[in-house]
Amino acid sequence: MKEWPLWEVFIRSKQGLSHKHVGSLHAADAAMAIENARDVYCRRNEGISIWVVESKYIHASTEDQEAFFDPSNDKVYRHPTFYKLPDEVKHM
Amino acid sequence: MPASFFYVLQLGDNALILSHRLSQWCGHGPVLEQDIALTNIALDLLGQARLLLTYAGELEGQGRSEDDLAYFRDAHQFRNVLLVEQPNDDWAHTIVRQFFFDAYHYYHYQALLHSRDERLAAIAEKALKEVTYHLRYSSEWTIRLGDGTEESHRRMQTAVDDLWMFTGELTTPIPIEREAAEAGVGPDLTQIKPQWEAKVREVLQEATLAFPTSSWMQSGGKEGRHTEHLGYILAEMQFLQRAYPGLQW
Repeated sequence: MKEWPLWEVFIRSKQGLSHKHVGSLHAADAAMAIENARDVYCRRNEGISIWVVESKYIHASTEDQEAFFDPSNDKVYRHPTFYKLPDEVKHM
Repeated sequence: MPASFFYVLQLGDNALILSHRLSQWCGHGPVLEQDIALTNIALDLLGQARLLLTYAGELEGQGRSEDDLAYFRDAHQFRNVLLVEQPNDDWAHTIVRQFFFDAYHYYHYQALLHSRDERLAAIAEKALKEVTYHLRYSSEWTIRLGDGTEESHRRMQTAVDDLWMFTGELTTPIPIEREAAEAGVGPDLTQIKPQWEAKVREVLQEATLAFPTSSWMQSGGKEGRHTEHLGYILAEMQFLQRAYPGLQW
């Protein structure tokens, strides 16, 4: 049997606001991938919505971590820590 | 209006024996994902079997538990249809057996929702959600493999033709079922027959598989006359409780 392609699975839980990556699996096509995801990753009522995407379509950052992400570290003005919030405004 | 012991026993035995058959795939599935999928279905059916056999034991009123009924009866005392005890063979036989049974199971539970036996109606409501998915699963695999490669098509058609003679029993009522239907406890199987046929015809057509023309049907399971396969299932399933009665772990 020719090896089935790999799929990445994203699940949104009942309270969840967005889909979260939960793992991967093999399937012949998208329909089968969703069925398989239901059986492999939603056995304990974890989700109300499933996304699958073939792993080969996911592109990842490959650059050296430090050089790629560090420049954002020393720009304090990007963090909104300078504002005085009125007491009436809660949960900000 | 409670159903009869034998009527409920038969429903429980169908679920129990098919569950056991599917559980034999555990660890042997063609891929991990399908291994898990079949095990899920096996566990759904086992849950249904537990509810039904527990209820059957209560109806009988002789203190037999679900375990007593599952582990301490011989083949001729089992009332399951012949279809569910047929061997797993290859993936095609497993899927076709499942599809034929799921189509029956689905319409049967749908009708059982209106049973005048409230306990059975409640079990049907819970089970129908599971069975709806089973039918979707086995239908999709039937279509996928029937309309797949030359090899998968050939295997599926062979399985359809091999198992066909065990399908008549599903929708041919025996006296116990006629009594249950008259009492409003169980569905009228003669009404389920056309629903079953329509569904099977629709899926086989989409799967590019030929609807069998043979009309000779094997029967007897519902009255305790089984194929030789059931004995082997029981030998495995009952071994522990037969060798060490009452053992728990």
